[in-house]
Amino acid sequence: MGEKHVDAVIVGAGWAGSILAKELTEAGLSVVMLERGAERTTQVEGAYPDSIDELRGAVRKRLFQNLSQSTVTIRNTIDQTALPYRQLAAFLPGEGVGGAGLHWSGVHFRVAPEDLRLRSSVIERYGEKFIPEGMNLQDYGVTYEELEPFFDKAEKVFGTSGEAYKVQGKIVGNGNVFSPDRSSDFPLPVMKDTFSASVFRDAAKSAGYHPYALPAANASRQYTNTYGCQMGPCNFCGYCSGYDCYLYSKASPNVNILPALRQDPRFSLIPNAHVLRVDLDSTKKKATGVTYLDTRTRKETSLSADLVILGAFQFNNVHLMLVSGIGKPYDPVSNTGTVGRNFVYQTITSSRVWLPSSTYTNQFVGAGGAGVAIDDFNSMNFDHGPLGFVGGSPVWVNQAGMKPIAAATGAGGGGTPRWGSAYKDALINTYKHSLGIDAHGSNMAYRDVYLDLDPTWKDAYGQPLLRMTFTWKDNDIRMNQYVVSKIEPIARAMGATKMNLVHLNPGQPFDTRKYQTTHLGGGAIMGENPQTSALNRYLQSWDVSNVFVIGSNAFPQGMGYNPTGMVAALAYWTAHHIRTTYLKSPGPLVQA
Amino acid sequence: MPPMEPTLNRPLRRSFVKGLVGTTSFWMASGSTQWTESLAAEAVQSYQPTFFDMKEYQFLEAASDRLFPSDHNGPGGKALGVAEFIDRQMQTPYGHGENWYMSGPFQQGPANLGYQLPFVPRDLYRKGIAGVETYARQQYGKEFTALAAVQQDEILTALEGGSVQLGEIPGRVFFEQLRTNTLEGVFADPLYGGNRGLAGWVMLGFPGARADFMDWANQEGAPYPIGPVSISGETA
Ligand SMILES: Cc1cc2nc3c(=O)[nH]c(=O)nc-3n(C[C@H](O)[C@H](O)[C@H](O)COP(=O)(O)OP(=O)(O)OC[C@H]3O[C@@H](n4cnc5c(N)ncnc54)[C@H](O)[C@@H]3O)c2cc1C
Ligand code: SF4
Repeated sequence: MGEKHVDAVIVGAGWAGSILAKELTEAGLSVVMLERGAERTTQVEGAYPDSIDELRGAVRKRLFQNLSQSTVTIRNTIDQTALPYRQLAAFLPGEGVGGAGLHWSGVHFRVAPEDLRLRSSVIERYGEKFIPEGMNLQDYGVTYEELEPFFDKAEKVFGTSGEAYKVQGKIVGNGNVFSPDRSSDFPLPVMKDTFSASVFRDAAKSAGYHPYALPAANASRQYTNTYGCQMGPCNFCGYCSGYDCYLYSKASPNVNILPALRQDPRFSLIPNAHVLRVDLDSTKKKATGVTYLDTRTRKETSLSADLVILGAFQFNNVHLMLVSGIGKPYDPVSNTGTVGRNFVYQTITSSRVWLPSSTYTNQFVGAGGAGVAIDDFNSMNFDHGPLGFVGGSPVWVNQAGMKPIAAATGAGGGGTPRWGSAYKDALINTYKHSLGIDAHGSNMAYRDVYLDLDPTWKDAYGQPLLRMTFTWKDNDIRMNQYVVSKIEPIARAMGATKMNLVHLNPGQPFDTRKYQTTHLGGGAIMGENPQTSALNRYLQSWDVSNVFVIGSNAFPQGMGYNPTGMVAALAYWTAHHIRTTYLKSPGPLVQA
Repeated sequence: MPPMEPTLNRPLRRSFVKGLVGTTSFWMASGSTQWTESLAAEAVQSYQPTFFDMKEYQFLEAASDRLFPSDHNGPGGKALGVAEFIDRQMQTPYGHGENWYMSGPFQQGPANLGYQLPFVPRDLYRKGIAGVETYARQQYGKEFTALAAVQQDEILTALEGGSVQLGEIPGRVFFEQLRTNTLEGVFADPLYGGNRGLAGWVMLGFPGARADFMDWANQEGAPYPIGPVSISGETA
C-alpha cells in the first residue's frame, strides 16, 4: 500500500494533465499532478530577453525533453534493429511544467468531422475495397456534434483568435468554408495576416481555392479567460515555436490554467517526479495508484489513488501502459492486442517560393499560430475516387518567425551548395525574399507500424525504452505528392521568381535526423471495439477502468490538422463523463 | 546537477568598434575589408582558447572561414569569432553531450536512423581535427592551415561527400558537426563569442533581440528598417 492517498493522480503537467486536474478539482476531488521535469513560469524562465535567445532556445533545446534520461528507439521495418533516438531532431517532446504546451506554436484547430469517422466515410463513398491492404482505418467512436461543446470550451480557455464561417447554422464571416458549424464565435478576433500570408491568401483565391486564417492560440488582443487567467496581445515577435512566450500571449497550461489551479487547496503539483508505473492490484483490472521517482533524490514513492489519469504525452502514455501491464500489447504478426497498435504521425513537406528581390518577406516576423491555409485538399473535401488514396493535407503559409541559425543550417542541399560563398549568397537571398508553404497532412495507420518495448536499450531508471516501428507508406506518399502539385499554380499566382516544391518520394524511409512535427499519434487509440482499440470512446482503458489515458495516443489516424485542439476537446469530453457519470458509480463507462 | 547555461551575469562583451559602424547603411556603402580587418584584430587580442590548443584553434579559424568565407556580403567565420564560439561551447553541457542519449550498446545502422557513435562533441573535435590534419599531410604534405584555400576546400568537399574516414570518425560526421557549429557561431547572439559586431545578423537583415513587430506584421514587402540589437544591448 502507498504512503499517501489522493482521489486522483495525474501523470504529466501538459495540456492533457492540466485540463483534467482543473476539471477534477472543480468536481471536489483531491488531485496530485506529477511532472517528471522542472517547474516553469513565465516570470522566471520565460522572461525577456533570455527567453528569445535562439542558441539557448530552439538550438540547444532548453525546453525540450532531456534525452540523456530517457528516449525511444526507432526502426523503419520489423526486420531491422531499432536504434536509439540519441539526439533530438525529427520530433521534440516536452518536459517540465506545461509540457510541450509551453513551447508549441499555437495553431489551434478543431477537427474535420469526417476525420472522426474516416473508415465509415471512405466506405460510404468508395466502398470497402478502396481501403488498401494492411491499412487499419478506423472511426474514433465519437462525433463532431458530441465534441462541439468541448471544442468551444477549450477555445475559451486558450483565448483562441480566429474567424468563424458558420455559427449556429448562419454564415457569419470569411472563415474556412469547409469547417463545421460552431455554437459560438471565436473568443478573440482573427490574427492579422503577415505579409507572406496575405500574398498566399490572394494567390490561393485567384487559383480558385478557399483561403482562411489559421485559428491561433495567440491572443490578437488582451483577454481574460474562463478561469480568470490573463493574456496580453501578441506582437508577432516570432518566438512561439520552441520558446515560452514572454508576453503571456500564447496559450499554455502555465498561463491559461495553472495560475487558477495553483490557488485550489485540493490541488498539488509535484515537479521532478518521474512516474515509473501505474500500480495494479492482483486482478490487473484495477489501478491502486502510481509509483514515482524523485529525479533529484532518486527516492521512490508510491501514491495510492482511486483514479489514475495518464497525460504524459502520446508515446509516454503507451510506454506507461506497457510497463505497467495495462491492456494487451499489440502483436503485428498475430494481429492481436491493442496497446501499441495504430501508431501514426503526420506527413509534412515544406516548399519554398522566392519573390522578386524588391520584396522583403521579413521572415523573422510572425506568430506560431498565425497564417493562411486552404482546406480544399484536406480530409474528405475533394474526390479521392480517381486518386486512389485515403487522406489529405491542408496547405498553408504559417510564418512563425524564422531565426537565423535555423535558416542557415537548413539552407542549401538538393544540388545547391551547403557552404562557401555561393551558399552565402543564396542564404541571404532566401532569408530576405522567400516564403515557405507547407503541406501538413494526414498519415494512416498500418498493421506493421506500431509501438512496443525495446529488447536492448534502457532508460536512466532501468526501464526498457519504447520502440517505434515507423516508415512512410505508398498511400501517404501519393497523397503528399498530389497535394504538393497543387502548390505550383498558387506559387505562380504569387509572382514567384523561383520555387522549390518538396514532396515525399516512394521508398524514402522516415528520417529521424530532420525536424518534421511533434504530432505523433495513436498507440493507445479510442474506439468502439476492445479488440481493435485500447480505450473506449471516453478514453477509459477497456481493461483497467479506473485509468483514463488522455492525449493524441487516442487518434486512430494522423489527421491533416495539428492535434492539440483535438487533444484539449477530448480531455474536456472525458472530464465531463468522469464528472457526470463515472464518479457517481465508478466502473466501465462502456461494457466491453 | 545545475545546468551550466550561460547567464547574463557574465561580463558583457565590450561594445564593438564604436563609431566606426553605427548602421546597416554604413555596411552596404563601404564593403567588407574594413569590417573584416577590425573584427580580426579584435579576435586576436581578446581570446585565449580553453579547450582547444592553439593549433586546433587555428584549424577552426581556417575551416570556419572556408565554410563561411569573407566575401562581398560581409565577414567570414574567422572574423566573426566562430573559433571562440566553438571553444566556449565545449565547456557547456552541449560540449559534454549531456542532453544526448549516450547509453550503449553503440551499434551502427542506416544513416536515416541518426547518430550512433559513442562520442560527444568534445571527442568529435579532438579526434576529428587530428584526423583532418593526418589526411591533409597524407594528401598535400602540409597541415590544413598551411594549405591554399582551394586545397582546403577540396578537403572539406571530400569530408562532406563521405569518402574520407578520420580514424574512428566518419569524415561526414565531423563535417556536419563543424558546419553546424560554424553557422551557429556566425548567427548566435554575440553573448556566446561569435557573430562579432552583430555582423552575421546585419548580413541576413535579422534584427536580433528586437522581438516586437506589432506594426510589422504586414508592411507590403518593405524591408524591416531597424538594425539588430543583441541580448546585452549592443547594436549595429
Ligand atoms: C515545437 C512544437 C510546436 C508545436 N506546435 C503545435 C501547434 O501549432 N499546434 C498544435 O496543435 N500542436 C502543436 N504542437 C504539439 C503540441 O505541443 C502537443 O500536441 C501538446 O502539447 C500535447 O499535450 P499533452 O498534454 O498531451 O503532452 P505534453 O505537453 O507533452 O505533456 C506531457 C507531460 O508529461 C510529462 N511526462 C512524461 N512522462 C512522464 C512520466 N513518466 N512521469 C511524469 N511526467 C511525465 C512530460 O514531461 C510532459 O511535461 C507542437 C509541438 C512542438 C514540440
Ligand atoms: S509571436 Fe506572439 S504569441 Fe508567439 S511568442 Fe511572440 S508574442 Fe508570444
